[in-house]
Amino acid sequence: MRDINYLQAMNEAIAEEMIRDDRVIVIGEDVRAGVFGVTAGLLEKFGPRRILDTPISESGFCGAAIGAAMRGLRPVVNMHLGSFLYVAMDQIVNECAKLRYMFGGQVNLPIVFLCRSGPPGNNAAQHSDAPYPLFANSPGLKVVLPSTSYDVKGLLKQAIRDNDPVMVFGNIRSRKSSVPETGEDLVIPFGKGEVKRAGTDITVVAFLHLVEEGLSAAEDLEREGISLEVVDPRTLVPLDMQIILESLAKTGRLLVTDDSHRTCGAAAEIVARVAEKGWNLLKAPVKRVTRYDVPIPYYRAMEQFVLPNRDKIKQAARKLMGV
Amino acid sequence: MPLDKDRLLFAYRRILEIRYLEASLSDLLKRGEIPDLYPCSGQEAVAVGVCLALRPDDQITSMYRCLGHVIAKGAEPWRVAAEFFGRRDGYCKGKGGAKHVCSFADGIYGATSIVAAGIPHAAGVALGNQYLNTGQVVACFFGDGAANQGTFHEGLNLASVWKLPVVFVCENNLYALATPIEETTAVKDIADRAASYNMPGVIVDGMDVEAVYDAVTEAVSRARAGGGPSLLECKTYRFGGHFAAEFALKIHYREDSEMDQWRKRDPILLLGAKLEKEFGFTEEAAQALRNEVQQKTEEAIARARSSPAPLPEEALQDLYADSYANLPEQEIF
Repeated sequence: MRDINYLQAMNEAIAEEMIRDDRVIVIGEDVRAGVFGVTAGLLEKFGPRRILDTPISESGFCGAAIGAAMRGLRPVVNMHLGSFLYVAMDQIVNECAKLRYMFGGQVNLPIVFLCRSGPPGNNAAQHSDAPYPLFANSPGLKVVLPSTSYDVKGLLKQAIRDNDPVMVFGNIRSRKSSVPETGEDLVIPFGKGEVKRAGTDITVVAFLHLVEEGLSAAEDLEREGISLEVVDPRTLVPLDMQIILESLAKTGRLLVTDDSHRTCGAAAEIVARVAEKGWNLLKAPVKRVTRYDVPIPYYRAMEQFVLPNRDKIKQAARKLMGV
Repeated sequence: MPLDKDRLLFAYRRILEIRYLEASLSDLLKRGEIPDLYPCSGQEAVAVGVCLALRPDDQITSMYRCLGHVIAKGAEPWRVAAEFFGRRDGYCKGKGGAKHVCSFADGIYGATSIVAAGIPHAAGVALGNQYLNTGQVVACFFGDGAANQGTFHEGLNLASVWKLPVVFVCENNLYALATPIEETTAVKDIADRAASYNMPGVIVDGMDVEAVYDAVTEAVSRARAGGGPSLLECKTYRFGGHFAAEFALKIHYREDSEMDQWRKRDPILLLGAKLEKEFGFTEEAAQALRNEVQQKTEEAIARARSSPAPLPEEALQDLYADSYANLPEQEIF
């Protein structure tokens, strides 16, 4: 095992799958130059035939990825930022998600749409979104939200092997962790969450970098005598409800933290499913720690005010415990 | 190379198959037996001319006005009709319906009902052909309305910069639903837009199956040789409405005199006259062929009608290729 950062883990996952299957190609803007690091060095390893730079035409190249997948290729589309998905919304939500179903199962669309989710900081409203609930609300897509280097490597490899379209949202502020040596196959199935820290008072359900925030909140609160159990479902579609309900059976209190907006966000869905399937496990009202329902502002202090973080998780946890 | 008698007769038969199948479906729609239909009568020579110029393993992408395209590419009429009924033997098992008939086994790589959305798909299928070095070419059908969508421009540009083996076939029937082309489109000829994407742009008489065949043959051989895409603008006309229910809505946007002029150039009349002039194809022979196609059409409709209806809960199938626990999450009532 060795420690690598999150970006490097994404990069290794793509490279290993490209070696494993020569139908895997990478498509996107500036993927040859490897801007932002996800695809750095892939051009040298695999050549321009498999690493395809595109015009700034998100609808066009997402649509082309759909056609290529129909023809048997396995495109990994690097969208860079979650906010850019909106430009290709018809192709992703109205075409890619639906075509298999609408054509009666005649064709598979093994495509990965890869993007960074969440604010890189000081990027304001149009470069900072984490729009994964929109895609979870679109049957036909799978939605993956990895929180560590280990998870992003294993889940991205699974996403590339999956025969359906998969949205992979990454956040580089997620935890650097150790992963097996290159070449050792690390694949994590979808719909299997992980308890990242055991605890007894409150179940904190978190995705992406908010797992890290939840873990550090747990360390702080332990000194105050509050014990958090941090549960990371790892994928939003499919969603591992069993691991959440099992944790709730122990704690009886639910706090969901989610880097999307509050209304109809991922937290809202998790809370709704708990209300359906585990209401009798709850001994307190649920808490959601999400982005406030405003776009992301530019000025740092305003931005931090809007986003969920460790301190907000701590405050919500204290309220849940009545202290 | 001009088409020989056998291939012209084959084209004539195909055009009749499309025309008669649509007529039958249109009657069924008026009787309430099928819910949806986007007529293509008048435009058949484009679909048939294009598919005649393709190899059997070449692909097409279609759109909501798909009936002619899919029959021309070799889909079975009874399974096409079954999809219009929404039956289990329809190509999409009743999930796609009138606007989305396609058969991947016959090289029909989708029919989409968002205008121009299929254009980048065609580029992508061609990218797959190029990557796998199969020598296959994609013909991409769309209407004049599609030429004002962003995905038209993005798809053509992408196909050109990657030199993809695709032939873009615009069926210009002069109206985007009810709006005439001169009110929506800054150029007189959509073929002119090819210049922006550094590809040949060719205007074709879309009522003349041989003219379509010739233009597509040239574009296909260029594409197959690695020369990249072409844009063909086939000037044509739809004799029916944008959708079949238009007759009930009584929308008026075309003069009868305009329709009459185009009906004089009905592809069936033009091709029949050519066959008579060049090969002595008699009215008796034509009538015999019409009777045969009419009878086969009726058989196809009867077979489609006898296909079982899907069970309502089949609505939950076909979403994912790879399932996991909790996917999809449902509580069934």
